[in-house]
Amino acid sequence: MTSASDVMTFENAVTMGLSRDEWDLINQRLGRTPNLCELGIFSAMWSEHCSYKSSKKWLKTLPIDGPQVIEGPGENAGAVDIGDGLAAIFKIESHNHPSFIEPYQGAATGVGGILRDVFTMGARPVALLNALRFGAAEHEKTRHLVGGVVSGIGGYGNCIGIPTVGGEINFDKSYNGNILVNAMAVGLANSDRIFRSAATGPGNPVIYVGAKTGRDGIHGATMASAEFSDETESKRPTVQVGDPFTGKLLMEACLELMASDTVLSIQDMGAAGLTSSSVEMASKGGLGMEIDLDLVPAREENMSAYELMLSESQERMLMVLKPDATETARAIFNKLDLDFMPIGRVTETGRLILLKDGGTACDIPIGPLVDDAPEYDRPHCDAPIRKQLASSDITNDAPISHMLKTMLGHVDLASRRWIYEQYDSQVMADTIAGPGGDAALVRVHGSKRGLAMSTDCTPRYVEADPKIGGAQAVAEGYRNLSAIGATPLAVTNNLNFGNPEKPEIMTQLVESVLGMGDAARQLDTPVVSGNVSLYNETGGKAIQPCPVIGMVGVIENVDDAVGNCFVAAEQDIFVIGQGDKTNDGWLGVSIYQQHHGDDGIYAPPPLDLVAEQKTGSFVRQQILGGSISAAHDIADGGLVVAIAEMAMRSGFGADIAVPTTGNLHGWAFGEDQARFVVTTADSQELIAAAKEAGIEITKLGMVSDQGELKFGDSDTISITDLNAVFEGCIPALMAG
Amino acid sequence: MVAIEQLTSRRPALVWHKEASLDAADLVIIPGGFSFGDYLRCGALAGRSPIMNAVLDHAARGGAVMGICNGFQILTETGMVPGVLIRNAGLKFSCRNIGLRPCETLASPFTIGLDLGEDLTIPIAHNEGNYFADADELDRIEGNGQVAFRYAASDAAGPVNPNGASRDIAGVLSNNGRVLGMMPHPERAMSKLHGGTDGAKFLLKSLEALVS
Repeated sequence: MTSASDVMTFENAVTMGLSRDEWDLINQRLGRTPNLCELGIFSAMWSEHCSYKSSKKWLKTLPIDGPQVIEGPGENAGAVDIGDGLAAIFKIESHNHPSFIEPYQGAATGVGGILRDVFTMGARPVALLNALRFGAAEHEKTRHLVGGVVSGIGGYGNCIGIPTVGGEINFDKSYNGNILVNAMAVGLANSDRIFRSAATGPGNPVIYVGAKTGRDGIHGATMASAEFSDETESKRPTVQVGDPFTGKLLMEACLELMASDTVLSIQDMGAAGLTSSSVEMASKGGLGMEIDLDLVPAREENMSAYELMLSESQERMLMVLKPDATETARAIFNKLDLDFMPIGRVTETGRLILLKDGGTACDIPIGPLVDDAPEYDRPHCDAPIRKQLASSDITNDAPISHMLKTMLGHVDLASRRWIYEQYDSQVMADTIAGPGGDAALVRVHGSKRGLAMSTDCTPRYVEADPKIGGAQAVAEGYRNLSAIGATPLAVTNNLNFGNPEKPEIMTQLVESVLGMGDAARQLDTPVVSGNVSLYNETGGKAIQPCPVIGMVGVIENVDDAVGNCFVAAEQDIFVIGQGDKTNDGWLGVSIYQQHHGDDGIYAPPPLDLVAEQKTGSFVRQQILGGSISAAHDIADGGLVVAIAEMAMRSGFGADIAVPTTGNLHGWAFGEDQARFVVTTADSQELIAAAKEAGIEITKLGMVSDQGELKFGDSDTISITDLNAVFEGCIPALMAG
Repeated sequence: MVAIEQLTSRRPALVWHKEASLDAADLVIIPGGFSFGDYLRCGALAGRSPIMNAVLDHAARGGAVMGICNGFQILTETGMVPGVLIRNAGLKFSCRNIGLRPCETLASPFTIGLDLGEDLTIPIAHNEGNYFADADELDRIEGNGQVAFRYAASDAAGPVNPNGASRDIAGVLSNNGRVLGMMPHPERAMSKLHGGTDGAKFLLKSLEALVS
């Protein structure tokens, strides 16, 4: 069946990213040398991106179970029970490499891909979030990349009509040559109507739907599994092109079809396109599949079997239908002018057989493709021990207001308005809290129930101590959801690291996954889906490690939620999770330290997961009970930055008492964890409740209608001045 | 759909764009969205959808039509309201609250219930909302009382005119006052949970004027 010119060699395998051992294994399993199409299929399925070969061993340590979990990792997305017979279905996924090469299309197709993962499960997507990392603000490529990625995210999300409700973004020079673009989608389905991908019923038709297949994105999964080099620009053709309008039609057609009783299994064509979708469906069903490639709707002429199988053209799905349902299904897709083509059938052979031009283009056993995918226990080492930074080593005597004003103009703290106003955060009119809050809140259509969600990671903590950093990402999500009154349910993770073949990078991965697991167990938020992106390096230099957590929770009644703005003058302001003797704080690897131009790596703030759970639960209960009127978690920039944010977004000011001894800047800008700033109209009740629950609480001051922040008796700054710096930073950066 | 149902307790009929006829209706609404992806000029393809002939007939009979956002773009494509909508002056999509000032107009069900001195706060979300017509045309529609809304100062952050629209125009009427095109989204300001109820107020006044 293989022509002589089509017989592959080890050299061919190397160019597709396969190792000697992997090449030998392929030959042994096939009992012969593979042809181009077959080798391409092995290379894609065994790529880091599809096989998780470096991370699998550690991913298995994560908690994935809980009474709320309907579907854990392994399907297109995870699913949790949110009550009322509904499930929240969600996942986060990276599109880092394509977005660096072609920021608009890279980011747009990242959004399109994650939406397909969610509606493939039978869920209507209701919200999008993202986590972005760019290089230093002053780096020559940063403006171009930020502009392209933001408009690409908006371009796809706005057009398809799913609101982009939240996200996070940081800048660091380690991302100069390798940005991170992680997109998260959240959808809703009836918990008894969730669709899975395992093929069933030998003889049943395999249907291709959606857009036609072109030569775009060929071997994207392999590209995403290699380091960047100077030749990266030449990889532009491996970036896919998004078509959100076709995405919208495909989404509506699939949801309409899935509402009928005709779909047996369904899988989107994401990374490695037709290859991974057909192999995964057959493998999960323990069956085989036969596909006639001449029937695949193609956009270009003379596409080879290799090209058809490895194309990553967007907006395509593969499904297995009940045998008598084909015509019903065809009518739905035809109404929306989408391709609908039976291209093969499920078989009992356990083999993937591809026909082309009257011959067999591929005949490989599916078992080895999936089960023999390599799994590596890559060497790692002990995490580095970091020195603790004493506040007095770095602080000065400048007034708090002076420091606050300059820090709010720091690119990692400044307002993200320039970015999020380019996203339609309201379409479908169920967004209760969009970007700018601690967590986003989207109402379940036609009910009072709300879905809360956030994305979080603090890479400088992960770099300093990967175990604490991995746990902190979960804890911060927990805090963010608790701060609006929502109960966290589960997480999805996106593990962005450098080259795992380097022990120090593998250490970051291992330790942060272990930390993440500890936190997810303690906070009862199992990991239900996720994505791993490795080889985020350019010229041999790795990114700051960035294991992003996307968290989803629920609130019974959206009327009970609170925001993070002051709501009324003369309400008392408290810090929860901090005692009244506190007069210093943790400045190691804080924004304050960065702001002082000290790029030393010190120990990050310690994390007490029990305290996180106690304070988070307390704040949530007090919000739902009505005794907290606004809440904000204390994160980047510390206590005083949190207060300033609550003031700037509301227009109210505040009078804040400051300690008379200790280290004032440490107290103001330290990033100690497990703390919230809250306001209340009933201080006695809140204090009594805290005492009862054994939670530390300290009064900081009072909301004022004076339009200024006062720290003690003599240090005052106007909200207008702060807003000018806070709002001005990113527009100035983008104006160049 | 949801906004109208919330206000009237009646479910509006949804009509597919490939259909060619419309049943009698008090009001036809062409909502926002990215029709055909807006890959070509916004609204250009949808303006030529089969249903638009029926909408034109409905308007020719004096029927009321409201186009919101992409719906406004579609109305300009069919010539049902004057002017065109071009790319925002900032060349960026913009989603935020704006102030909306009702103007003195010719007799129109869409403006008759509004207080001239009372600005509304309603969100916008568009990339091509920059209203454009030449000076003579602008003078003419202003003279006729066809300008329904202008952008106005509000508590919301950002410039008063969000997109560079000529003479701050946010919504225009046909020359008989029965067709309205507007960029802001009243259906996104329907309750306190949305952050405001001015959209509901405007829609309710329009519906009252149309149905009474």
